[in-house]
Amino acid sequence: METIFTYLGYFFVALGAIFLFLGALGIYRMPDLYTRVQAGTKASTLGAMSLILGVAFLEPDWWIKLLIMILFIAFSNPLSSHAIARGSYKHNLKPFSKEQVDAYEEVEESKEEQK
Amino acid sequence: MLFEDYFNLVIMAIISLAFLLGMVRFIKGPTASDRVVALDTISTLAIAAMVYMAHIYGRFIYVDVSLVYAVLGFIGVLAFARYLEGGI
Amino acid sequence: MKKKTQKWGRFLYTWLILMIVWYAYTVSLAPAELITGFVVTGLIAAFNFASFTHYGFSLFHPRRIYYIFQFSIVFLVALVKSNIQVAKIVLHPKLPVNPGIVKFKSSLKSDFAKMVLANTITLTPGTLTVDLIDDEFYIHWLNMTSHDEAGIYQDIAADFEKILIKIFDK
Repeated sequence: METIFTYLGYFFVALGAIFLFLGALGIYRMPDLYTRVQAGTKASTLGAMSLILGVAFLEPDWWIKLLIMILFIAFSNPLSSHAIARGSYKHNLKPFSKEQVDAYEEVEESKEEQK
Repeated sequence: MLFEDYFNLVIMAIISLAFLLGMVRFIKGPTASDRVVALDTISTLAIAAMVYMAHIYGRFIYVDVSLVYAVLGFIGVLAFARYLEGGI
Repeated sequence: MKKKTQKWGRFLYTWLILMIVWYAYTVSLAPAELITGFVVTGLIAAFNFASFTHYGFSLFHPRRIYYIFQFSIVFLVALVKSNIQVAKIVLHPKLPVNPGIVKFKSSLKSDFAKMVLANTITLTPGTLTVDLIDDEFYIHWLNMTSHDEAGIYQDIAADFEKILIKIFDK
């Protein structure tokens, strides 16, 4: 039973697996925490969404629940990466920056002064 | 049929390689935050792997397992971020 | 009087959304499941609708649906494009990154629209919302291409904000 949907499913699954791998490679290679969050969690988010979409094409009976999973991943992942980034900044983990551009520093300093 | 078997093997191999890279960062990571980021990526990988295994074995129940795992991983990361901010 | 009807609208909207999620998740038509879902989602909606939505059914206005559709297309294109950019950086042997935290002012009024903009910026790789204070966004940028505020705004948020203003601030 090879239809166009099967091939579409294979295509999305392969694309998803490649992006998952690139996300993990980003986690491994990037120089500091914030860039790791950038490259790691988000490339792997697109990878997971694409892979689940591919499975939804391969198994048409499951598409409702798989759609819920895609939506959940799309909503929850930006929240968690934002939470990690802000928490780490408040924990005094300074970002690596070649040109020393850090606009958020003044906000934290003014908060320290208020205390 | 043969093509499908090879395809599944290649996909699972790529995902396991990604697992390995994530684990290296999890063990090396200089700070606790790096480990949590690595853990977050690994749990996304695990979700994707479980959904794909559900397709390979044809069992719908694995999808439920991965959905619950997604929710729990999300809550765990939020709790850790709250701890870093000094909330807990 | 108008406020009261609006409250009912928001409550019914919340109930409807939660019920759709419940039925999509259980995927069964057994009467016990249907009744449980009806009652439980009703209770949750009654206690939580105030924080769940500020818009209610007015989100389903045809003009808004059109712009939401347009927004999702712009968003998907940006998502794929920026993912390919990050993939190139990761695969490049020298890892050409130039990161830094920048800020820009948004002209959006409502909190919900700001939340959507912040999440959109985070979900497109290369940019990550670190914090959001009043109407100032603090963004960690993987590969800075401009340094003055107007250029930053133009590069990161202009495309999304144009449409979001049409959806939420009218």
